[in-house]
Amino acid sequence: MASNQSEIRYLTPPTVEVKKKKYCRFKKNGIKYVDYKDPEFLKKFLNEQGKILPRRLTGTSLKYQRKVAQAVKRARHIALLPYVTDLMK
Amino acid sequence: MFNQYETVFIATPVLSEAQFKEVVTKFSNLVTENGGEILHQEDWGLKKLAYPIQKKSTGFYHLLEFKADPSFIETLEIMYRRDERIIRFLTFRLDKYAAEYSEKRRKKVQAKIEEK
Repeated sequence: MASNQSEIRYLTPPTVEVKKKKYCRFKKNGIKYVDYKDPEFLKKFLNEQGKILPRRLTGTSLKYQRKVAQAVKRARHIALLPYVTDLMK
Repeated sequence: MFNQYETVFIATPVLSEAQFKEVVTKFSNLVTENGGEILHQEDWGLKKLAYPIQKKSTGFYHLLEFKADPSFIETLEIMYRRDERIIRFLTFRLDKYAAEYSEKRRKKVQAKIEEK
């Protein structure tokens, strides 16, 4: 009977979700300072409307999330990033 | 005890190139006259703003990095507010990581200039 089980064939193979482990890109790459002068880089942490993405989506550690938020706010102040927008990317 | 600061200001696009230069020299002189020391200057030129400020969609950007006494910052910001040619400014103190980063960035910019 045990051999029978291995013979089950699926028409569409069941997708087993392999969760990709999130990581903090600052810790991984050894970045110590988040630059507000580089809006293209900061856009990775924003959604379509220009809002800052939560940590649970980006995987950034708390220490660097704070720095990202600070950098984004500085970039917004000197008009490198918009405060509100639609379809930024 | 001197701190390292970085300041960016946006001047109105109505200025001519020469007038903008004058604004830049005015503020860089202000730093040196008050006992500060300019470490780095960067001109970003006329850039498009992400959103309109005072109904203007472009502006001249200029970056200044300097060492100065903390009490100087207040006078600098007052001067910014008094000057109508400045439409936006940002000043902040660099921590040690930021100072490290800006030093690297400075070298990179310099290397680019030398390449040309």
